[in-house]
Amino acid sequence: MTVIPATAVPRLVRGVRLRHDEARGQWVLLAPERVLNPDPVAVEILKKVDGTRSVEVIIDELVSAFTVDRERVASDVDAFLAGLKEKGLIETMPSPIGDAAS
Amino acid sequence: MNVIAEPRPAVSTRPAPPAPYGMLAELTHRCPLQCPYCSNPVELDRRNVELDTETWLRVFSEAARLGVLQVHLSGGEPTARRDLEAMIRHCVEVGLYTNLITAGVGLTPERLAAISEAGIDHVQLSFQGADAAMTDHVSNFKGAHERKLAVAREVRRLGLPLTVNSVVHRANIEQIPAFIELALELGAKRIEIAHAQYYGWALRNRQALMPTREQVFRALDVVEEARVRLKGRLTIDAVVPDYYARYPKPCMNGWGRQSLNVTPSGKVLPCHAAETIPSLEFWNVREHSLQEIWVESPAFNAFRGTDWMPELCRSCERKEIDWGGCRCQAMAIAGDAAETDPACHKSPLHAHLLALAEEDSHSRVNGYDYRRYLTERDQ
Repeated sequence: MTVIPATAVPRLVRGVRLRHDEARGQWVLLAPERVLNPDPVAVEILKKVDGTRSVEVIIDELVSAFTVDRERVASDVDAFLAGLKEKGLIETMPSPIGDAAS
Repeated sequence: MNVIAEPRPAVSTRPAPPAPYGMLAELTHRCPLQCPYCSNPVELDRRNVELDTETWLRVFSEAARLGVLQVHLSGGEPTARRDLEAMIRHCVEVGLYTNLITAGVGLTPERLAAISEAGIDHVQLSFQGADAAMTDHVSNFKGAHERKLAVAREVRRLGLPLTVNSVVHRANIEQIPAFIELALELGAKRIEIAHAQYYGWALRNRQALMPTREQVFRALDVVEEARVRLKGRLTIDAVVPDYYARYPKPCMNGWGRQSLNVTPSGKVLPCHAAETIPSLEFWNVREHSLQEIWVESPAFNAFRGTDWMPELCRSCERKEIDWGGCRCQAMAIAGDAAETDPACHKSPLHAHLLALAEEDSHSRVNGYDYRRYLTERDQ
């Protein structure tokens, strides 16, 4: 499995969208000819996959929002993102675009 | 849900059906290609009966409210509509995922850039063959293949996800490995290998299209091998050839269960071939909202669920797997849309269907009755 560096910034590839499906009261990940139903943990991660947050920032934010063990969160996030990348649903950039210093 | 205003026993006793996920929007029947297996009806809608822009935008809004998530902008050739970009922008605005299903031949780089700019999510491009000779022959359009190649490259240059869509039949079924190579070479992430489905135009051309049993089984092996080999690089979605199958295809994953289809003139159908069933009453978006049509129209309720099924299907353990198979095929072969799909080995007509396939597959007829407007009246 590919390991994504902590400083890399993931984003959904063109043709993949996360949205809330009001009619069914759930979040869905839309892709070519596919509708995926991410579980609640996956949804919280996906909401932060926006092309500006790095993997470590995503992990930090989840840790402080849910007061959970960092190691546990980090391994969940790493595995989940690696899976998405393998399926071609996300791409990663080496660092945030533009304001790399902030 | 409480939506009953007036007493309509046939409807009000029925629980509201779950919302559909997908909508096929056939924006026009106009198309530069003449594929002999076209999924459009034999009687094509002319330009002067097409819905106007405003009506389509309303339909997309209604679809989003109803729970539709993905819209497939199709035809005919959807890019024949000059208002396509306006429709895409509107779909994006109301949250719909948009998929363009195009033949590609009339598509300039400028137009494609405008479509991309409007927010299209995914492009599905048809190839009638894996090489120029085959594509041009099957589509009856000289130069079609070259133009498609150029469009595919442009789609990828714009960073849009690409699916190669290939319909296979006797003449091109041996090209499946070449279709897969073509998809990889063009940078497609997905390929659809769909065996021709015999309704409408394809039924008319069945003698020239039907592959032999040997061809079909070899094709299934080729696809399976490629699926394993290309896992993670290319998604291969296959539409199975049901004439030689043991079980019928779960057509539309059940009638009126997950998707709907709006024709160029505004009729709403449970599947694109549904008009081949003469007893059905279709409602039109000019007179009804999409919600009303989905929940209440006679055509959608005719074969919804399992109550309509003949005993053979109702007592079958696969009734909610196959959903009775395909109603249009039951109509075409058994002469009754409420019969068991003859593709099922339990159907008394199964041997008859197989015999039809065997006979047609060895036919010497190889010329096509190409898709066209049957009478030359207006335009």
